[in-house]
Amino acid sequence: MTTTFEAVAEIISETSDIPLEEITPEKNAFTDLGIDSLDFLDIAFAIDKHFGIKIPLEQWTEELNENPAQIDEYFVLSKLCARIDEVIAAKDA
Amino acid sequence: MLLEYFQMIDRVEELDPHAGTIVTRAEVPMESPVFEGHFPGSPLVPGVLLIETMAQASGFMILSRLKFEKMPFLANVTLAKMRSFVEPGAILRVEAELEHDGSGFAKTAARIVSDGKKICDSRLMFKIMPFPNETLRGNMLDRFSQISPSQAE
Repeated sequence: MTTTFEAVAEIISETSDIPLEEITPEKNAFTDLGIDSLDFLDIAFAIDKHFGIKIPLEQWTEELNENPAQIDEYFVLSKLCARIDEVIAAKDA
Repeated sequence: MLLEYFQMIDRVEELDPHAGTIVTRAEVPMESPVFEGHFPGSPLVPGVLLIETMAQASGFMILSRLKFEKMPFLANVTLAKMRSFVEPGAILRVEAELEHDGSGFAKTAARIVSDGKKICDSRLMFKIMPFPNETLRGNMLDRFSQISPSQAE
């Protein structure tokens, strides 16, 4: 069974044309992989579709605007995947 | 349509904000400064303005869903196909439907047909943000009430 990270890494690789082997759990999508906010909308769309969820991007953006230093808490891929898992669990609850 | 003022939609004919669908009408003017350059001696509506027309139809649908509390800004155009020329005087039917209602973004599929002929189609993504000021919000509400009196009531 594909893990959340594997699915997200595939999506990032396809939407942003980044080799799959460069996408590792400790990388930050923005600061390490160079994804910009527009590219991330495509990624968010693909994640929503793949998992049948609506990741709360607006809420995360608002929280980050208040505390930009927390960017790793949202967009380091291992943490992003954990947040996605939380959204999936909330949907299934 | 007032091409030079980017007023692309003349009338909202069908709108279902809940379902995320809209059908609008746009009448291409016989004359416009745009036609002086595109093209001299052979006036055609530029493809970019057809994309803008699809974006505005999508935008009014999204604005209705959002109750004009936030503004959709065009962020991404994919799979745009310009299938037929549009000449002065053409009557366009502009359709759009919501493909995905994301958090802070929305994606639509839109198309234009005229006289039973496919003109163009595209997928459009919008970034949904707060209105930068009340003036823009007021102008969008005014424009919507002009083209869709029954919906604005």
